[in-house]
Amino acid sequence: MSVLVYIDTLNGSVAKNAMEAVNYGSKIGSTTVVTNGSISEEDLAALGNVGATKVLVNRAVTTNDASQITNIVAAAADSCGASTIVFSQDLTGRAVAPRLSAKLKAGLASGAIALPSADGSVKVNVFSGKAFGNVSFNSDKKIISLTPNSIQIEETGGSAAVEEFNADAGSASLTVKDVQKQEGDVLLPEAELVVSAGRGLKGPENWGMVEDLAKTLGAATACSRPVADIGWRPHHEHVGQTGVAIRPNLYIAAGISGAIQHLAGVNGSKVIVVINTDPEAPFFKAADYGIVGDAFEVLPKLKEEIEKLKAQN
Amino acid sequence: MKFLVCISKAPDTTSKIEFTDGDTKFNEAGVQYIVNPYDEWYALVRALELKESLGGSVTTITVGEVGDESIIRKALAIGADNAVRVNAEANDAYFTAFQIAEYAKANGFDIVFTGKETINYNGSQVGGMVAEMLNQPFVSLASKLELNGGAATINREMTGGVEVVEVNTPFVVSSAKGMAEQRIPNMRGIMAARTKPLEVIEPAACEDLTSFATYSLPEAKSACKYVEADNIAELVNLLHTEAKVI
Ligand SMILES: Cc1cc2nc3c(=O)[nH]c(=O)nc-3n(C[C@H](O)[C@H](O)[C@H](O)COP(=O)(O)OP(=O)(O)OC[C@H]3O[C@@H](n4cnc5c(N)ncnc54)[C@H](O)[C@@H]3O)c2cc1C
Ligand SMILES: Nc1ncnc2c1ncn2[C@@H]1O[C@H](COP(=O)(O)O)[C@@H](O)[C@H]1O
Repeated sequence: MSVLVYIDTLNGSVAKNAMEAVNYGSKIGSTTVVTNGSISEEDLAALGNVGATKVLVNRAVTTNDASQITNIVAAAADSCGASTIVFSQDLTGRAVAPRLSAKLKAGLASGAIALPSADGSVKVNVFSGKAFGNVSFNSDKKIISLTPNSIQIEETGGSAAVEEFNADAGSASLTVKDVQKQEGDVLLPEAELVVSAGRGLKGPENWGMVEDLAKTLGAATACSRPVADIGWRPHHEHVGQTGVAIRPNLYIAAGISGAIQHLAGVNGSKVIVVINTDPEAPFFKAADYGIVGDAFEVLPKLKEEIEKLKAQN
Repeated sequence: MKFLVCISKAPDTTSKIEFTDGDTKFNEAGVQYIVNPYDEWYALVRALELKESLGGSVTTITVGEVGDESIIRKALAIGADNAVRVNAEANDAYFTAFQIAEYAKANGFDIVFTGKETINYNGSQVGGMVAEMLNQPFVSLASKLELNGGAATINREMTGGVEVVEVNTPFVVSSAKGMAEQRIPNMRGIMAARTKPLEVIEPAACEDLTSFATYSLPEAKSACKYVEADNIAELVNLLHTEAKVI
């Protein structure tokens, strides 16, 4: 079976969630990757190591224009005869996959968290992570968009052939005027470790200890919704049902009560640590490890102990 | 300016999620439905603000059954001028988008607004599909939108930051946090909503491309392991040797 995977490399590198999508595709069938922009040939050839056999790169489209990218992916799907097309459910995937679905009349399963089962259905997140659904397709061609951090990448040790792909992308549908880069080193949606805090931290001036711990761990920072609403933290850090949904390996929550809407966005985390002064806080029911205690004391201590651990190893 | 806002229903965020009929159907017993938060708080309110400053009209469209009319009335109470309900069960994003696109083609809108995603199916699908069907630009995950004549300047969430893009009407935009502030309907709005036009139209022929075969719930978590607040070294040890996450 022939599989096509679209990945977004516009910022000049191949993100982890892109590699996950390629690796996922390679477990379904022989995988061609298509991308656009000015990413280096070496980086693209290296996708062979996560299962790609061939990489098509369109150098003409250098912006995130969903209609142009859709045209490129459709032409690539045609040229390699792909019956399954895979995206990452990242911000570009959310824009392009549905367009392509409508263009090709191919059913779209978005937010997949596992490989297709024997009957072809795909398990996806529904109800903001409170449940799963099995999507079955009534179309010959299928599109799957994969939730970041839901599969373990297996390296295969190969190298992919890289080819220029000059399909007609059509004219631009929008112009990009400016890009405001997000601060912080680790991007939240793809982070493996996340340190998060809520209203229990009392004020934005106390976030230093959250950031310090995150830095020590190499983690991203996140927050509960009220904290973003009052403006203590930027909006893009808000996790939950109406914010970002994440699935890190470790989620540390300090001073967050664990409301159902908050849990919805984080209960895909592998391990949850909850720090709260209130032993009755609902978050403890969803936690793997709990500390009934004051975040103001626990967070700095936790940072110290992790530094000790890092020094030993 | 003519604005179309796509409004879907969603179970109240505190609803207990359960399934019936051999795990093939969402159990609606005791479930309260609300307007999908992204549609109500951001898409609808931004459309209303634009109408208030530039003139024009705001129409809502919902693909759904008669039971959806209470959430449609809520959108009218917040300030939409009129509403359309396509009389069909919305089980598939392609089917839903097709109905919206058919209506939009026939009636011509400057901007079609959707929410970022529905909080029950979380597909983020309908907006992009409508754009493709209308052959219009699609701006996903907008957090700010200014309109100057036929040209819009939009901030949208992109991997690693925010992009400022320019796009000409007509286009489709999906709305995320930041676009507008939630509005609470007042008594006058609620009264007025009762008599605002709510047109019911029959769906155009279109097949479903996907369906949900079955549902399942996550496995129950094993009990939380408590560590004393004065023994953080033990927590770090557990995270390192037992959970193996650091
Ligand atoms: C439609 C809808 C959608 C929503 N979507 C989201 C969403 O996406 N994400 C989200 O987060 N919320 C969401 N909410 C809000 C949610 O219901 C809660 O109100 C919110 O999550 C509470 O935030 P919090 O835990 O920071 O604050 P609080 O509930 O005020 O909890 C603060 C916690 O800190 C603890 N605490 C206090 N002092 C300390 C200390 N010194 N050390 C340790 N702990 C301390 C307290 O015991 C308490 O448990 C939504 C609500 C609605 C109605
Ligand atoms: N049944 C529906 N009727 C009208 N609009 C809908 C419907 N379902 C989804 N939408 C719109 O499409 C957006 C994205 O939905 P989804 O693709 O289900 O995540 C929602 O925020 C709504 O604006």
